[in-house]
Amino acid sequence: MKVMPYKTSLREQNTPVQPEYSAIAAIARKCRRIFERWRLPGAWMLLVPALGAIGAVSVYPVLLGLWLSFRNTTLSSPDDAFIGISNYQQLFADGQFWNAWGHTIEFTGASTLLETIIGLGMALVLTERFLGRGIVRAAMLIPWAIPTVVTSKMFGWLFDGQHGLVNYLARFFGLIHTNINWYGSPEFALPTIVMADVWKTTPFMALLLLAGLQTIPRSLTEAASIDGANPWQQFWMVRFPLLAPSLLIAAMFRALDAFRIFDLVYVLTGGGPADSTEVLSTLTYKNLFSALQFGYGSALSTIMFLTEIIIAVGFGVFLLKRFREVKL
Amino acid sequence: MSASSVVRPTRRIARPAIPISRVLIYFCSLLIVIWSVGPFLWQLSTSLQLDRDLIGDQPKLLPIPICFDHFVNIFVAKSFHRYIFNSLVVAGISTLLCLVIGAVAAYALARLDISGRFGVLGFVLAVSMFPQIAVVAPLYVLASNLGWLDTYRVLIVVYLALGLPFVIWVLFGHFRTIPTTLDEAARLDGARPLTIFFRIIVPIALPGIVTTGLLSFIAAWNEFMFALAFTSDIDRQTVPVGIANFTDLHYVPWGDIAAASVVVTFPLVALVLIFQRKIISGITGGAVKE
Repeated sequence: MKVMPYKTSLREQNTPVQPEYSAIAAIARKCRRIFERWRLPGAWMLLVPALGAIGAVSVYPVLLGLWLSFRNTTLSSPDDAFIGISNYQQLFADGQFWNAWGHTIEFTGASTLLETIIGLGMALVLTERFLGRGIVRAAMLIPWAIPTVVTSKMFGWLFDGQHGLVNYLARFFGLIHTNINWYGSPEFALPTIVMADVWKTTPFMALLLLAGLQTIPRSLTEAASIDGANPWQQFWMVRFPLLAPSLLIAAMFRALDAFRIFDLVYVLTGGGPADSTEVLSTLTYKNLFSALQFGYGSALSTIMFLTEIIIAVGFGVFLLKRFREVKL
Repeated sequence: MSASSVVRPTRRIARPAIPISRVLIYFCSLLIVIWSVGPFLWQLSTSLQLDRDLIGDQPKLLPIPICFDHFVNIFVAKSFHRYIFNSLVVAGISTLLCLVIGAVAAYALARLDISGRFGVLGFVLAVSMFPQIAVVAPLYVLASNLGWLDTYRVLIVVYLALGLPFVIWVLFGHFRTIPTTLDEAARLDGARPLTIFFRIIVPIALPGIVTTGLLSFIAAWNEFMFALAFTSDIDRQTVPVGIANFTDLHYVPWGDIAAASVVVTFPLVALVLIFQRKIISGITGGAVKE
């Protein structure tokens, strides 16, 4: 006996195109669906404002920047001519560029890792029901709510070499004997910046992960608990696999955001001392707005842009694959 | 799962935690509170101390004697209120626009029949990775040609576009978790997509939308680089630029900086406390239980 497909049209609504359908049939079906069922110019109309804004402020300027990177444009002189790839040649021979590159990678790796781990821990604590949870959650939002520039100044004061509270406390507890000039010395400056970033951004991470954890029905962990799973097993067997997509998205946003760090460095150290905290964004900014080298600065930012694309494509491919696997 | 695990019918579901884990949770949450609030409280204390106490041999944890000189100073000598007003205008307008435009787009992507759904999401994702430094120079040239430097417009438009990818992705995730049976029911009743969006999706996803809006407001409020590059006039400069410029030539006015930090953080803390409830409530769980 043949079984008729049950409610196929409804189920198809949210599933991606199946590869076995021919392209033409798929397009014809979609057109029919859009025009017959929705009687709309198409769902695409709803995307126009968002895509328009993004195109005007992100896509078009990036292309313009690419164009600028092949020119010797400076704002301080009338120079503005096509010079081919010589900006890039100059860039790859530039020790300052490689120096900033290294610091950026170090910072991105360290801060993303620390923030994901600590953020997950915070989110797990906050999914539990306990007295005063609301207070903890509100308190946790404070670092994120504070502007990064303020965080820089705040850590500047906390880690001040002479009168800083951190030095005082560390001496009080016998951890150090003499004051450390935290962000004033080449060896401690970058770690200080990582600490400031971890302090500021971990709550954001925790918030995103908490939202992800809350979409996991409590009945699942309850069922696992009835089956005798201890909290550790409940986490690794039930919550973690379901949380993995949220975790990846959060870590990706964090890594890409960390890669373009600007505010903390610019305000706290300005790239110093002795270029020991110079990152790609601050180096580019200085080339653009201090030296007014728009051509060379654009070459720098184009290289940054390409690096981010590589990181993003890595995460993106993984995520899309997961999304398609999950919803069938 | 180990072989020794057996069903224990007497186990209470409502409170499976044993006391020691309770203690651990309270200890961890205490650590989180100290971690989060400590530096800010120190900033608050600093803002109320005399300059000579700040540079004394031993830091004073409590501001005794208390003084409000730094607060007076930032408003009277440094016109801090003007930066605050500028920030409110720019961040407020851009967040509202961002939520409306982003939520509609996220709804279309999550619920409607869009053949290039993953292409669009991938594109939006890719755009959100653009290092802002890559667009600041070209946008500076554009803004300069349009005569938009030193205006609210330029910052609002930039913050709108910077916030959109984040809003679209987060709301896409939220809308996905709402059961499609709700849409189906409404559609059978003859509702159009936008009706379904405003009458069903938005009310259910409200906690998520509010949280997203809060995050994008804070992001706009915090933004520093574009504000630094595009504004040079105190009538248009935002709070971060104002505070970054607080450094005096010969010394760092830590007290004034602390006072400014306290002033700009207070509204945000208030916002967070107001919206706290909406974040917690699980409206989705109430609408359709699995």
